[in-house]
Amino acid sequence: MTKKLSELRKGEKAMIVRVNLNGLTRRRLFDLGFIPGTIVSVLFESPLGDPVAYLVRDTIIALRKDESEKIEVELIN
Amino acid sequence: MFGRKTKNQNLNFVQIEILPSRKTKVVALAGNPNTGKSTIFNRLTGLKQHTGNWPGKTVSRAEGEFILNDEKFLLIDLPGTYSLLSTSEDEEIARDFILFGNPDATVIVCDASALERNLNLAFQIMQITNRCLLCINLIDEAKRKGIEIDKDVLEKELGIPVIFTNARSGEGIDELKEKIYAIANRIIKPNPRKIHLRKEIQEKVDKLKPLIEKAFPGIYSSEWIALRLLEGDKKIRAAVENGNLLEMINKGLENGNGELK
Ligand SMILES: Nc1nc2c(ncn2[C@@H]2O[C@H](COP(=O)(O)OP(=O)(O)OP(=O)(O)O)[C@@H](O)[C@H]2O)c(=O)[nH]1
Ligand SMILES: [Mg+2]
Repeated sequence: MTKKLSELRKGEKAMIVRVNLNGLTRRRLFDLGFIPGTIVSVLFESPLGDPVAYLVRDTIIALRKDESEKIEVELIN
Repeated sequence: MFGRKTKNQNLNFVQIEILPSRKTKVVALAGNPNTGKSTIFNRLTGLKQHTGNWPGKTVSRAEGEFILNDEKFLLIDLPGTYSLLSTSEDEEIARDFILFGNPDATVIVCDASALERNLNLAFQIMQITNRCLLCINLIDEAKRKGIEIDKDVLEKELGIPVIFTNARSGEGIDELKEKIYAIANRIIKPNPRKIHLRKEIQEKVDKLKPLIEKAFPGIYSSEWIALRLLEGDKKIRAAVENGNLLEMINKGLENGNGELK
């Protein structure tokens, strides 16, 4: 069962399954390392919950909800 | 698509030389954010560019001179960038210089602990220039984490020289200098592994490239421009259609020009 990356909570880990975006935004997320098959985890959440800092391919990248809710992930224990 | 205006452009446009005199060879430092580009710049030039996470983030291009075997080189320190394809605004300076500045050598600076991620940009740079080398920096950090990198395999797979450096201690810097010298002077001719486009895309690129080169004589990176057009990049398309592409590029290159130190 997949969920949205935006639903991932601090300390949780997941694998990216799909990026439901098109064009330049999709390309951008790929260039930042959000590629299907990649493991991501939540490092910090800003006080209002947006943006959120993710650890992805050994680098910290912050995403806004607009993007993170378009990324489908599968939880890993 | 841009046949109409071609004639005018041929009269009006001369490729403006980006750097006043190209007698001096130009070397660019490119790479993902925070990989140690400015630290390497300081090592090579003896200057003191700000470095570090804060306030060291490089936002404009810095230039400095350095001498190798009695030859003077101009070194360009670029802001960090993740991509040449999907650029955020603060990455455009770096992108434009890599694409259109026509450096004699491009040093792709990588973080040894995040090599896979860093190779994304490396492949994009290898696509547009053969005169490049991979500088795997922060090698001390990687060693500390138990990461081992097989240099020979990487060199073979990528087709470009690979050098390990610790810019803080200076380890590997002499070898880096040697390789920069050899590439800029065409003593070593790297043969970077290119990404093959899908056949139908390659065919379109092959059609567009000569048109772009005809409309904008002397332009660099025409394949990259063709790909931007195919991907529907509005800015590039407008600049091609109204004939302002070279102006846009040159303006971009000037804007990125930080103080000459
Ligand atoms: N341990 C270690 N630290 C390094 C090395 N190279 C650079 N650093 C440190 O890494 C941090 C970032 O270095 P910079 O040179 O500012 O990185 P940059 O690539 O110019 O960063 P941007 O311009 O923001 O993209 C600084 O604190 C440097 O001292 C290295 O080889 N080993
Ligand atoms: Mg810098």
